[in-house]
Amino acid sequence: MWVYEKKLQYPVRVNKCDPRMAKFLIEQYGGADGELAAALRYLNQRYTLPDRVIGIVNDIGTEELAHLEMIATMVYKLTKDATAEQMKEAGLGPHYADHDKALYFHNAAGVPFTATYFNAKGDPITDLYEDIAAEEKARATYQWLINMTDDPDLKDGLQFLREREVVHSQRFREAVEILKEERDAKRLF
Amino acid sequence: MEWTDERFKVYQQLMKEIQAVDFVLVELNLYLDTHPNDQQAVEQYNDYVRQSAALKSRFQSMFGPLYGFGNSYTTCPWSWKEAPWPWQV
Repeated sequence: MWVYEKKLQYPVRVNKCDPRMAKFLIEQYGGADGELAAALRYLNQRYTLPDRVIGIVNDIGTEELAHLEMIATMVYKLTKDATAEQMKEAGLGPHYADHDKALYFHNAAGVPFTATYFNAKGDPITDLYEDIAAEEKARATYQWLINMTDDPDLKDGLQFLREREVVHSQRFREAVEILKEERDAKRLF
Repeated sequence: MEWTDERFKVYQQLMKEIQAVDFVLVELNLYLDTHPNDQQAVEQYNDYVRQSAALKSRFQSMFGPLYGFGNSYTTCPWSWKEAPWPWQV
């Protein structure tokens, strides 16, 4: 099970009400390379992975849930004081019509989240390669998001998340090496 | 208890210290998952476990439980459910 901590992993501050930026950020909430897809991908893969790499996949999956909460907090804070008119001007009219200010798992273009965003092949190295690619794609997305805002507080939170993708990618690469080592060691018998 | 500016400042400061210490623990946890025999990292991990526990004990005595489900002591009335929630601060 999981234990909820009444704290964010890293402080999330925003400088201003900015529903347009919220519209872009939702990509990392319900998009293909977002935090929900990441958490679900890893927490689903772990059941059938070899024991030597379950720990790292379990724990990165858990950290992704903390990142999902950070992204949600950014979106919430960027939109909470917006008027219906401001939501409309930001391109969030269709969202507002269906959800008011409620968050929803869709990407920046409004496409609803789908389980087809990730896979579980059952081949450990194949699954870990997907994980490495997912982290690198998420890192790139965070960079594009950082490029689109001039809010220093928001940038700070996004930069933290971008750096975490780099660390996760490296840990997954190590997990691949651990499995290769194990595989090659067995060949010697 | 009422949220004065001063009280909120203390909340934010202590929270930031907890976040900093717990970040080290997340980072070391992931590192140790792939480097389980690094004794220096294990020592560092245990040292930060102690720091985190001390900070949280202080924070919780002032601002209520950080954990539900039996992982923090509680006062009466039950204060776990009280705001602020993490996305509100």
